[in-house]
Amino acid sequence: MTTDNSRMQREVWITGIGFVSCLGEGADLNWQKLSADKAPEPVIDCDKIAPYCIHPIPELDWSTQIPRRGDVRQMENWQRLGTYTAGLALEDAGIKDNMGLCSTMDLVVAAGGGERDIETDNNIMALAIGNNDREHLVLERLSNDLRPTLFLAQLSNLLAGNISIVHKVTGSSRTYMGEETAGVTAIENAVSRIQAGQSTHLLVGGSYHADRPDAIVPHELGHFIFSGMKKGEGGFAGVNERQSGDGGMALGSVGAFLVLEDAEHARARGATPYAKLSGVASDLGSRSDDEATKARLTDIIAKLGAKEAGADRVISGASGVCGITDLEFDVLRETLGNDIAIRAHGTQIGQPLEANFPAGVALAALALKNDGFYPPFEEVEKPAGSPPSSILVTTISHGPGEGMALLEKA
Amino acid sequence: MTKTYTDHKGRPIIVVSGYGVVTSLGRGVKDNWTALIAGKSGITKVNRFSTEGLRTVIAGTVNFMQPEEVSAPGISFAMADATTQEALTMADFDNGSFPGPLYFAAPPVELEWQHRFAIMDDNKDSDVAGYDALLAAARVKKYQKTHDLVQLGTIAFRLAEKYGTKGLPISLSTACASGATALQQGIEAIRRGDTQAALCVASDGSVTAEGLIRFSLLSALTTANETPSKASKPFSKDRDGFVMAEGSAALVLETLEHATARGANILGVIRGVGEKADSFHRTRTSPDGAPVIEAVQAGLEDAGITDNSVDYINAHGTSTPENDRMEYNNLKAVFGEKIHSIPISSNKSMIGHTLTAGGAVEAVFSLLTMREGVIPPTINYENPDPEIPLDVVPNVKRDADVATVLSNSFGFGGQNACLVFGRDVA
Repeated sequence: MTTDNSRMQREVWITGIGFVSCLGEGADLNWQKLSADKAPEPVIDCDKIAPYCIHPIPELDWSTQIPRRGDVRQMENWQRLGTYTAGLALEDAGIKDNMGLCSTMDLVVAAGGGERDIETDNNIMALAIGNNDREHLVLERLSNDLRPTLFLAQLSNLLAGNISIVHKVTGSSRTYMGEETAGVTAIENAVSRIQAGQSTHLLVGGSYHADRPDAIVPHELGHFIFSGMKKGEGGFAGVNERQSGDGGMALGSVGAFLVLEDAEHARARGATPYAKLSGVASDLGSRSDDEATKARLTDIIAKLGAKEAGADRVISGASGVCGITDLEFDVLRETLGNDIAIRAHGTQIGQPLEANFPAGVALAALALKNDGFYPPFEEVEKPAGSPPSSILVTTISHGPGEGMALLEKA
Repeated sequence: MTKTYTDHKGRPIIVVSGYGVVTSLGRGVKDNWTALIAGKSGITKVNRFSTEGLRTVIAGTVNFMQPEEVSAPGISFAMADATTQEALTMADFDNGSFPGPLYFAAPPVELEWQHRFAIMDDNKDSDVAGYDALLAAARVKKYQKTHDLVQLGTIAFRLAEKYGTKGLPISLSTACASGATALQQGIEAIRRGDTQAALCVASDGSVTAEGLIRFSLLSALTTANETPSKASKPFSKDRDGFVMAEGSAALVLETLEHATARGANILGVIRGVGEKADSFHRTRTSPDGAPVIEAVQAGLEDAGITDNSVDYINAHGTSTPENDRMEYNNLKAVFGEKIHSIPISSNKSMIGHTLTAGGAVEAVFSLLTMREGVIPPTINYENPDPEIPLDVVPNVKRDADVATVLSNSFGFGGQNACLVFGRDVA
């Protein structure tokens, strides 16, 4: 083929991480807490939307990353969290407020839909009971009760829009959707562009705000949300433990953004890497046939060369949904060995959907930089040995689609 | 004679070998094109739902599909399925195995009021209300179909499965630039050498009561409800907002080499794409227009056009006071006085603003403009805006030899994407 003139792949470095989870703010703090000798107690709220447990946003002072109050007001929490975390990543990479670098920086965001106005919705649903002109009720209440600019807090691409406005990242701006696969697509696309020379430096990530009933409903309609070992009884359990019960996802509030750079670009400006992002691979296929699903996951691991790279530990984005969660762990053990140290971060930070994959990549990068790893998040997870040289990151969606990344010590 | 398969930058030349389109004007390329060059409007009073008391009661709805459910995701999928089928049949790839990825510009889908009420009514005896009642109902009964419909990735997953595209399908949004972004993603993937072909689809069937109210609250919509067909009047002095509309388009992109090797019919060339994000405001463009100007210039540069030799511009032309004025100013900054002699028209005068789908729908019409040698008019141009002295191809189509088209797409959130199409391979 004559078309293939870009196969001389550039190396992709992670040079900045912004991370916020229920455990707190900042990549370093999350590393400290999660890599302590013993895994921290999960930060969860099992009362507010019982019987569901959610991982809330920690206390943050939005103004430290979003200085203009008008900007904070124009956003809802998922956008605030994302914009805030994007600022942390830029700061960490030493790019924040560098207009030259920000104005040429590409922006790639994984996003879902935003918050609804819960009060207005609940009011309409209450008034609708016994009402035989619901169409009129909806028109009247929405026209009168919705905040005019709320729509802008709901559009998927407006997280990216807010990042451009607040942090002046304007090289290009793309938003991907599709629940967990949005995060996979975002990072896969970002890595491909840098590898092929289509981008030199790029801000990529996502954010998710879990603490809201309108986020839980769409997934619970398909019975994908954890509500106790026995459905509906409440209480919390880790991702592995849930597998002996009814399983499901505990939604988690997370902001995870990464600065990815062409290694040459990073070197030229004296930036140091957390890790090398060696590759991302993904696929889609029917989940009705376990053997076919296993074959796809096995192929992805082979395509990334995880075994050859000596990956002996995995940061897993397993959702906790029964069936696919154990299937993923089985494939990992079959391909990378029985002693593989798997850490399902859902146990600690919850399921942040679009931000699942960015969060996993961030956690792997932190471990590689710090020459350490995380203690088992649950008893069943195997301990890890000497400092890691490569780590596999997985996001196998609770619905269709699956992706993985291989990170290596830079 | 040896054929050149690469462009001025040594990249593979990318051609279009199939397209499909659905708008309020009809289903399929033929019906749409016939109506478009006849200057017909697809805008009507909304009759799918009650609009009582709303400031805007008109839209370009698509009411002739048979969706499995009348909802934004239901209608969006039905249209995307129809246009994908048409494009793949035209490109002769209609065997359930497309040799490349899917890039899908996805509409905003979410649980709608009809769903909330239906779930609520299933749980009438509940002692809780609102979202608590929905959750209580969902715990006892699985609503698999509704669940699948309101996941943002579903339409792309279903298209990928049905048409056998390769790998994980990509769902994307850049608001009203999404259709152009879907094409841009396909272009970039081919240029990277990731694939020889890409399927780019965009669809938006989100004209709902809540959708109308949301845009109304932002004062973005026209309130000229009296004569719906005359409400969308881009570049007119009395333009007062856009008309929400539904539609879908699908385009098959492949390298010229790939198309030639399989003897495909080539419908046009994608010469370049430019993009630049704006950091000024959530819904407005920078007063100096710099990001739009950069996006247009980047598109021309990417296409290897150094002397601004564009034969026709397919405008974003939404019919809002701000867009049309800014689009003119920014084009003038790029093209200088020459802009006054380049024909420029807005398809939105007839089909309204198909939002997520706009860039892709207008890409199909741009390619048809070159192939047919006919420029679709800007209709409802009865009261020219003296501040915008453009040749908008007023009211009546025009025969013209068009070899190069610039197509603009701008979206909320500072999204600006410009595509450049060519008629001839070399």
